[in-house]
Amino acid sequence: MVFLSTHLPILTVVIPLLSAAVCALLKGKNLPWALTTIISAISFLMSIQLLLEVNVSGPISYELGSWAPPWGIEYLVDPLNAFLLLIISGISTGVLLYARDSIASEVPEKQQGLFYAAYLLALTGMLGICITGDAFNIFVFLEIMSLSSYVLIAAGAPQDKRALTAAYQYLIIGTVGATFFLIGVGLLYVMTGTLNLADIASRFSEIEDTRPIRAAVGFLVVGIVIKLALFPFHVWLPNGYTYAPSVVTAFFAGTATKVSVYLLIRFIYTVFGGDYSFGIIDLADILLPLAVIGFLSMSAVAIFQKNIKRLLAYSSVAQLGYMVLGISLASESGLTASLVHVFNHAIVKTGLFLSVGCMFYAVGSVYLKDLEGIGQRMPITTFGFVLGGLGLIGVPLTPGFISKWYLILAALEKGSYLGYALVTAVLVSSLLAVIYIWRVVEVAYFRSPPEGTEKAEAPLSMLVPCWIFILGSFYFGIDTTINVGFAEAATSFLLGGS
Amino acid sequence: MYFSYFNYWICIILLMIGLYTVMSRSNLVKKLIGLSLFQISVFLFYISMGKISGGTAPIVVEALEGAPEPVYSNPLPHVLILTAIVVGVATTALGLSLVVRIKEAFGTIDEDEILELESEEDK
Repeated sequence: MVFLSTHLPILTVVIPLLSAAVCALLKGKNLPWALTTIISAISFLMSIQLLLEVNVSGPISYELGSWAPPWGIEYLVDPLNAFLLLIISGISTGVLLYARDSIASEVPEKQQGLFYAAYLLALTGMLGICITGDAFNIFVFLEIMSLSSYVLIAAGAPQDKRALTAAYQYLIIGTVGATFFLIGVGLLYVMTGTLNLADIASRFSEIEDTRPIRAAVGFLVVGIVIKLALFPFHVWLPNGYTYAPSVVTAFFAGTATKVSVYLLIRFIYTVFGGDYSFGIIDLADILLPLAVIGFLSMSAVAIFQKNIKRLLAYSSVAQLGYMVLGISLASESGLTASLVHVFNHAIVKTGLFLSVGCMFYAVGSVYLKDLEGIGQRMPITTFGFVLGGLGLIGVPLTPGFISKWYLILAALEKGSYLGYALVTAVLVSSLLAVIYIWRVVEVAYFRSPPEGTEKAEAPLSMLVPCWIFILGSFYFGIDTTINVGFAEAATSFLLGGS
Repeated sequence: MYFSYFNYWICIILLMIGLYTVMSRSNLVKKLIGLSLFQISVFLFYISMGKISGGTAPIVVEALEGAPEPVYSNPLPHVLILTAIVVGVATTALGLSLVVRIKEAFGTIDEDEILELESEEDK
């Protein structure tokens, strides 16, 4: 075991990658699911171990094949990406516990092995992006994640053929984003002669005032922001989330865009350095207005949706706006707020999408018009949705409150009218969230169910994981040692000079 | 002097043609052709930046010993782009297979017609 524990950084990524191939060969609906869940749980345990290790004894550098960086590929685990690894593998494991019955009803049985293989590949991609310290490696993992997520979204086709066009649209936009990222990496390589992120960072100050570097920063930021679905690059997200199978939507809502938030933080703070990103070329001038317009307009758009999944998808774009706002405040408290929100939003949104998945399982539709009186037909699920919705709005005792609290503190720290304007914008957007959650509540509780429908809850195997997320979100809204604690550790690591 | 950046100009021109094709065509296959062009321009960019004028392939040959020190091209970008080409092929293959499924489901591969069909679906 001593041998294994020194190889944790690579094992976290390689185990899901190799099991994906095994999973593709398995038949039936139980075996692939069981394997995927076990593998994801192993990754989860390993990332807990990594996070604890990193927070006690500092960053772990792992040299792939014993080739020393910058020649070899280096996997670097520091408090920031260990925190992200925990979120991703944790959400994935929770979602998988839920997945068996949901997937059995949405994906044809003979394709399930392949479906779970694609799921494991997506997980590999996300974990890989977070853990690697090599710029080109990030691109490779980005594509592993993207290609498998196009497949996962298209797997919603038996329910609604629009999943196919949603996947196609995501493929086009995602590839453009990833290629921009590749151009940026190429320009960085031309100027520094290295692909190791730490190495680029150490040479960055010599070359930061050159034209290729400015172009590289532009390409990298735009590429990442497309993947992140920041307004106005979000068009692929609502369709993708709406037509994908419920499980996939919940998984992506909790993880996929968070990985891009991580990349943005990584490049802005570690590679370019905060002084460059917010001093020499003021990225905040671009990111901050987009974030604010994003969360205001997308919360407003969410109000008018007829489909709950679509409503929550637009709300996700809005919540991503909060995270980018936190980053673009360019302060320690802003970055902490952003990271706390990454965690909190992941757990709340996953819980919400899982409860919508339960409704889809029982009713076969997520259009509001088909869900009238769902509160009486599925009381437990609907109550879970309402509690999750409170978390999204940011009611005290929920994690949404914690992250908005930190965000508002960070905005006030900015001082002057800008700070007050930002606080007002966040509050207005929260009020809009009240409206769109209320629309669902109104349909669910204040309309009578159609004639002849009986009380039908989703099976326990789906309800329990869903409620784990909902109750977990309340736990993290009250006891903030985990989410805020690790976010602060990551922030002070990033800003405290690595 | 501008001619010395010939490769890079070609990259930029191809990049723009590719991106324009992706945005302007409504035929899904043509969009994918544009996307491939867009990716290929980046491959050219990587290959150009690894090339050193007068440089040979970085293979150490015994016979060269004693001869004047040979100049090698940088192999790393070339190797990297091999990976990116594989990714590009995978993306195109996945995109085309999606187009096949879209054709089966909607009976057309024209984006405008698909959008029309989709908006009918929502009613």
